Amino acid sequence: MIMIYILAVIIIVAAIFSVKQKDLLLAVIGTSAISVILSIFYYLLQAPDVALTEAAIGVALSTIIFVIAIKKTERYEE
Amino acid sequence: MRKVTAIFVLAIFGFYMLSVFLTIPFGEKRDNVGQHYLANTVKETGAVNTVTSIVVSYRGFDTLGEVTVLFLAATGLGAILFDKKGKKRRLQHASLIVRVGAHLLYPLIVLLGAYVFVHGHLTPGGGFQGGAIIATGVLLMFMSYRSFETSHKALIYIESLAGIVFVLAGFSGLIWGQSFLQNVLPLGEPGRLLSAGIIPIIYIAVGFKVGAELTGLLDNLLKTIK
Repeated sequence: MIMIYILAVIIIVAAIFSVKQKDLLLAVIGTSAISVILSIFYYLLQAPDVALTEAAIGVALSTIIFVIAIKKTERYEE
Repeated sequence: MRKVTAIFVLAIFGFYMLSVFLTIPFGEKRDNVGQHYLANTVKETGAVNTVTSIVVSYRGFDTLGEVTVLFLAATGLGAILFDKKGKKRRLQHASLIVRVGAHLLYPLIVLLGAYVFVHGHLTPGGGFQGGAIIATGVLLMFMSYRSFETSHKALIYIESLAGIVFVLAGFSGLIWGQSFLQNVLPLGEPGRLLSAGIIPIIYIAVGFKVGAELTGLLDNLLKTIK
């Protein structure tokens, strides 16, 4: 049970980090950390199908698309 | 004049919407459908995984729509980013450790993806998940090896063939049964790999289709980086 609370705290910290961060590459890594923990949560809530989707799409594919977008625009937020 | 027409059209819409909504009883307990799925899935579709039976069998038409949406998204992106000159990816070479690790992991990731969509009716996961996992494996190779190429033509053929298989499986229900996407093949023994009629066929087609689409999408995007 305590592990779930630790994960919940980490996911909130990662969310605040990725909103506040000026370096967009680090912000994207924050969102992918959110996806990792979210997929663990989905698994704990007995939705393994959704956990698989979140792990594949949220962690890998959407992260790389954000990284490509940053590469083609600007890395630092004004 | 235009305002009058607009009000008139809106009034007609409002009347029909209201008359439809009034037929829905207010505040009644209506969770019978979920209980029905849980109780009758194995008997009716032969799939042990209830989520798969809903996605492919009970709501199979919605899945066809979703696959079409993904196809249109990939096509649109390809149309915007298409370049006749046959661009190469211009990423830097990855380090030796990354390259060796990617080489070892790539077959395992593709195998996991294939496992996920072949066993979609037995274990969690299915076509979308398996296809996305395969695309992540190909992405790993894209990022580690500059020379790793996927054949665009092969991707297009796989994608089209998988889409045709899905639609033909739907029409087989129309020909030998009563409705589109009806499960006309024998259901078999629940829990075996060869069971659940057309569900594994459709999910394998969806897996190939999603994998090919996402791979082509990543390939197109990575080639735009200068």
